Amino acid sequence: MTAQPSGQLLAHAVAFSRALREEGLVVTPGQTTAFALALGEIPLFDPEAFFYAARASLVTRHEDYPRFAEAFRKFWRALGLERFPAELLQQTPLPPRKDPKARPGEVGRPSQEAAASQTRQPVVDRALTFSATEVLRQKRFDQMSPEELEAARRLLHNFVWNPPERRTRRLAPRGQERLDLRRSFRQALRHQGELVRLAWRSRKSKPRPIVALADVSGSMERYARMMLHFLHAFALEQTRRGVRRVETFTFGTRLTRITRTLKKRSVDGALAEVGQQVKDWSGGTRIGACLHTFNHTWAKRVLGQGAIVLIISDGWDQGEPELLAFEMERLQKSCYRLIWLNPLLGTPGYQPLTRGLVAAMPYIDDFLPVHNLNSLEQLVEVLGRLERRASLIHLGVTQLQLTGHSSVC
Amino acid sequence: MSMFPASVEATQKALEAHHYIADRGLAVAVYLALKLGRPLLLEGEPGVGKTEIVKVLAQVLHTRLIRLQCYEGLDISSAVYEWDYARQMMQIRLMEASGVREQDKVRHEVFSPAFLLKRPLLQALEMVEGKPPVLLIDELDRADEEFEAFLLEFLSDWQITVPEVGTLRAEQPPVVVITSNRTREIHDALKRRCMYYWIDYPSFEKEYRIVREKVPGLPEKLAQQIVAFVQALRQQDLYKAPGVAETLDWAASLLALDAVALAPGVIEDSLGVLLKYQDDVVRAKHQMQDLLARAQLAPQP
Repeated sequence: MTAQPSGQLLAHAVAFSRALREEGLVVTPGQTTAFALALGEIPLFDPEAFFYAARASLVTRHEDYPRFAEAFRKFWRALGLERFPAELLQQTPLPPRKDPKARPGEVGRPSQEAAASQTRQPVVDRALTFSATEVLRQKRFDQMSPEELEAARRLLHNFVWNPPERRTRRLAPRGQERLDLRRSFRQALRHQGELVRLAWRSRKSKPRPIVALADVSGSMERYARMMLHFLHAFALEQTRRGVRRVETFTFGTRLTRITRTLKKRSVDGALAEVGQQVKDWSGGTRIGACLHTFNHTWAKRVLGQGAIVLIISDGWDQGEPELLAFEMERLQKSCYRLIWLNPLLGTPGYQPLTRGLVAAMPYIDDFLPVHNLNSLEQLVEVLGRLERRASLIHLGVTQLQLTGHSSVC
Repeated sequence: MSMFPASVEATQKALEAHHYIADRGLAVAVYLALKLGRPLLLEGEPGVGKTEIVKVLAQVLHTRLIRLQCYEGLDISSAVYEWDYARQMMQIRLMEASGVREQDKVRHEVFSPAFLLKRPLLQALEMVEGKPPVLLIDELDRADEEFEAFLLEFLSDWQITVPEVGTLRAEQPPVVVITSNRTREIHDALKRRCMYYWIDYPSFEKEYRIVREKVPGLPEKLAQQIVAFVQALRQQDLYKAPGVAETLDWAASLLALDAVALAPGVIEDSLGVLLKYQDDVVRAKHQMQDLLARAQLAPQP
């Protein structure tokens, strides 16, 4: 396609793309060009075709359909028109740009927030002494001062990460699993077609997807925040190994996916936005209902490729235990490993006897504490050596870990 | 470009003439993908007709359909090309026996097109009777990131380099349709090169027309009840709602069972055609009276 859109069409396509960006949708220049070209192909008197043409060229996710429709309506209303008339493309002046600075999502232009964060004072990295570090590692997150929390966050990045991996079905030239005919034959050509040495391939490994469901209701907030930092550091390490595979959801009274927010912001920026998005920071918890939403809407989309699921919650559930048990069973069946992280496990003498936990317990593969840095480091280690669940012994595993930790604390 | 329909309406009519009933939005997306030479990315729940429309599109355009089914680990040798090693080995021996031993000659001979096995992407670059084919890249979400990266390059350059032969280029790019069931997010860079359309479950009217079209011989009244029942079923909180494909299977089953009207007995016997999870079957049986009542109230299309 070498066609160039005409000036007028392009101007309107650009204006409309800008309107979409103001609504928070991401539109690339390539898409805008495609839209302008599309405008040249559809009948101008047909508002419906215009709508569909715009949507097909500018939107790439089903979730964005409603936001697109809203932006579409707004755009025409801004021009003082209820509907789109054909003459518009000939002469109407473009709607004025609202605020030239605030254009989230536009390619190649840093957002206000990013600009602000650049001028922010750098954090002074006060090196902690060895003993201070040791104390910090043992301290419960809910007893830490803001400074200590900050130091703990930085210590997260010193962890020795060993992200769990899964053998994929893609082959790479190493090992001796399958014959590599292509290379074997190439080498044979150098020896008059004699297969002197055979070349082999083996299956490649890749980081396993991690799906985290963090309880953000009342008492859990502190731990949830720390876990999000933990997941952020974890995702960085995965990125370093090729593929970033961390999906994050929060729950309380309802389930919210925050993966995308965490991706485009710094941890603190993301958390601030999460705070706005998620209205649940304090309120009752309905774990069963939230897991139901997860199983229905997200499980098929994010649990592929042998995902590990982390549920971070103290198990204070105000919903039906039967529903929780049912959804836990389904969740366990559709993931590689289901790990429940409970900060209360760090409390001496704690027994997981809440109705919710009792209902969920049979479907948990690993039950671990997350109350201090030491327990997080231990989690890293557990993740690094996960093996396929052996359903017969898994109750035993749970018990073992339970007793193991109550003695540590 | 004369092989493409002349307008959105013409596209919709042509699809209909081949028994595919497309929404207007889908017709616009198809028409524009053809006109602008961009790939079309179709997403939607399983069984809403994503693959079907591509087959029909090939018929509409009177051209060949090339299908690449994706899976994890899909590599060059199954997606693009492979050399026929066994025959190449044989050829080397034959040449040896007839006294040809020069390296260059042997190499030239065994890497000739006669020994090249063309896989779907390479086939898609070739025109048949002066027409580019339709290339269906099915269930791209099943492939891995490595293949997606390769595909991105293929879709922008329309060429493939075989080291021993050279670069093979498409005279006219194929019509490319990619489908995904969203078991994984397709990379943004790839999505943004495409025209995108989400195929939803059809409305009552549309599904009724599809059933009448695809299951001839089904009594009108029963067809209405079937569609109304399935539509009501989709409103339930199911793990996997039935797609259009399931509706058609069910309609065909009921026809085979000589049913004249929906009744609890015949529904329970054949529910497995519609629902694929035991929990869903239990739930549907539980709601049977309500669902049936709604099916009886089927609107007149």
